[in-house]
Amino acid sequence: MEYVLLTLAVVMGIVVWWVLRQTVNVKPWVPAASTEAVDSAGVRAGLDVGSNPLRPSKVALGGFLAVSSSIFALFISAYSIRMEYGDWRPLPEPTLLWANTVILILCSVFLHSAWVAVKKQNLVGIKVGLALGSLMTLAFMVGQGLAWNQLLDSGYGISGNPANAFFYTLTALHALHLLGGLIALAFAFKKVWGAVEFSEIETKVYAVELCGVYWHFFLAVWAILFTYLLNT
Amino acid sequence: MADVIHDAVDYVPPLVVEEEELYHAKTWLGKYVFSQDAKVIAIQYSATAIGVGVVALCLSVLMRLQIGWPDTFAFIDPTNYLQFVTMHGMIMVVYLLTALFLGGFGNYMIPLMIGARDMAFPYANMLSFWFYFVSVVILLASFFVPGGATGAGWTLYPPQAIMPGTPGTDLGILLMLASLAVFIIGFTMGGLNYLTTVLQLRTRGMSLMRMPLTVWAIFTATVLALLAFPALLVSAIMMALDTLLGTSFFMPAIISAGAQTDYSGGSPVLFQHLFWFFGHPEVYIVALPAFGLVSDIISVHARKAIFGYRMMVWAIVAIGALSFIVWAHHMYVSGMNPYFGFFFATTTLIIAVPTAIKVYNWVLTLWRGNIKTTVPMLFAIGFVFTFINGGLTGLFLGNVTIDLPLSDTYFVVAHFHMVMAVSPVLVVFGSIYHWYPKITGRMYNDTMARIHFWCTFVGSYAIYYPMHYLGIQGMPRRYFSYGETEFISAGSGDLNAAISVAAIFVAVSQIFFFVNIIGSLFRGEKADPNPWDATTLEWQTPQTPPGHGNFDDLPLVYRWAYDYSVPGYEQDFIPQNVSPAESERMAKRIEKA
Repeated sequence: MEYVLLTLAVVMGIVVWWVLRQTVNVKPWVPAASTEAVDSAGVRAGLDVGSNPLRPSKVALGGFLAVSSSIFALFISAYSIRMEYGDWRPLPEPTLLWANTVILILCSVFLHSAWVAVKKQNLVGIKVGLALGSLMTLAFMVGQGLAWNQLLDSGYGISGNPANAFFYTLTALHALHLLGGLIALAFAFKKVWGAVEFSEIETKVYAVELCGVYWHFFLAVWAILFTYLLNT
Repeated sequence: MADVIHDAVDYVPPLVVEEEELYHAKTWLGKYVFSQDAKVIAIQYSATAIGVGVVALCLSVLMRLQIGWPDTFAFIDPTNYLQFVTMHGMIMVVYLLTALFLGGFGNYMIPLMIGARDMAFPYANMLSFWFYFVSVVILLASFFVPGGATGAGWTLYPPQAIMPGTPGTDLGILLMLASLAVFIIGFTMGGLNYLTTVLQLRTRGMSLMRMPLTVWAIFTATVLALLAFPALLVSAIMMALDTLLGTSFFMPAIISAGAQTDYSGGSPVLFQHLFWFFGHPEVYIVALPAFGLVSDIISVHARKAIFGYRMMVWAIVAIGALSFIVWAHHMYVSGMNPYFGFFFATTTLIIAVPTAIKVYNWVLTLWRGNIKTTVPMLFAIGFVFTFINGGLTGLFLGNVTIDLPLSDTYFVVAHFHMVMAVSPVLVVFGSIYHWYPKITGRMYNDTMARIHFWCTFVGSYAIYYPMHYLGIQGMPRRYFSYGETEFISAGSGDLNAAISVAAIFVAVSQIFFFVNIIGSLFRGEKADPNPWDATTLEWQTPQTPPGHGNFDDLPLVYRWAYDYSVPGYEQDFIPQNVSPAESERMAKRIEKA
């Protein structure tokens, strides 16, 4: 459980630090004095209101990623506890997983390029980045399916050994998260596809940034999972 | 210099997020069924939760019939009994209390109290309710499938949860796991909504430390739920795989019906760790909103600022953080390393500190307050009593050496029912009475509500006090019948019958609640928009009940939520949206008089 506790300690640390920052030295019972740190221009500390507000969707994405971290940390904890038992028979990781990892890195790179294109207001760049990113994600999932197939062909069924069970469950869960991401990406795609000028979509392109963050996060999750799968 | 202070006083920070056009439903279906209005969703959540709660209440009556008068009722056999125990527990904890506090009160209170028009993501909010609704349908469907509902106990411990011999191992357990998974997905959508709404949609001037404690508590409970429910999801996925695909996550090598099964090497204790990693925060997911709501009720009806507001906020957050490192105190008898027991006993006793701070602060808020014994206040004070009672037995159970003999006895049943069943339910009733005039625009019947309070309050004590005694004798829980034993005294049968009478009495007296709540919808007298003279924003809405969008213009907030009986003012409350200039005029009026 130490991995869960570690993850949780980080999340809780952030929450408690944030709460203390907001609440120490505040005297809520003093009527009417604004209790927020506000500069002379009337802007809340740390928030540049006019140009780049912290959107609700970004906060919600952060929350969702915390939930996902919790799920994967719990699975990895269960994994490392289970590994200690005598009957653990590691399964040979197909070499294909290395190729898939490279593909997943490319997904992140393409989505990141779309995000950079947003900043440069380059409409074509956004479209190309999103298209290649989603294609690569599909390729990754097909690759994972092929890896499963190879393992099943060589007789490593899910119920054969706990190592197999964890391998299939974790890879499936990771792919499921990417699938959910693809749905969100499809919505983002729909928003930008018909646009001819960048100005048409200026208020909607924040979705591209959210997709980028999401993919980076699940690349990191995959990196951790893959390290674990290799070292058993 | 004076000018500068005045500027600071009247200064209103700008909106963090620009207002967006609200979604307006065009059809009847969109307005009342697939509504995206948080208030409608709140009522949908509450009605579904209370409806399924009534089912669980009936199950508990059936259980009490069997325990009170064994071998009398032919329609209750051991299989049914275990199913009743399981479903009663699961429904009450997850599908009633969690859904009602977060989905019901969360949806209603958060936008109104922080001065927002609606939740941040109304569409996801609507989906959240319908996921919850589907999860309830799946859960109830499990009664009617072959083999019936699962009878593994609400903790669903493997291996027995999926081994033949336990009721409901065919489809019951799978439907239970599926229902939980759907519930968790639905809750995640709702939870991210509550989180984001509190963080981003507060109206101008509503700094975090001006939020009513209700919002703080629901907010923290949401964070807990978002981080803890994954543990239940993970264990549900793994158990479903063990059942369906024959994996051995939790299943050890085991002989069933004389034959060796295909399972080998799984760890049942791993499940216990995962389950209680969810299960203990779950206690606080239920308790924290109750703490918050009761703080506001006590403050309003004692006409006094809550004592130690900042400490209350920190206590809520501290309880939330600590609740993640106490889970193994549910597992002292599972054979874990004794040093673990020492660690978890210590953390368990530490969590009593912030909890006690809250109790002292409630009592000190009442101290020298102008206490109005209205119905919500009765329930709130009843809660404080019951919570202290339940909390004290928690000190016994938190210590390893005392817990070992008491584990799985009626002492435990008495403890957790006092602390996380009766206490939060008293708050639920108190809060429903308190906000009923705002939600419906009508007043409830006071006499009936008082009868309801006394029957529930006194009746609950008649149920759970004697159970402590039974538990100290060593009477085990979850048993269908007891037969002859050396340690259970002869009179215990009569005591059990008496407890059952009290339980049936309390269950029947809830009729006063339902008749009152439903009858007053039609016959209650028109309620004042702010009948309790409260300061928080939900009482300052232009319409009662609040219309779509809650406010005409979003209110500006100039003060905290607890300006009651401020010295120098005739009116004993100053609403949060009263500006300093206005309140100056209020003060002058009494100087003249």
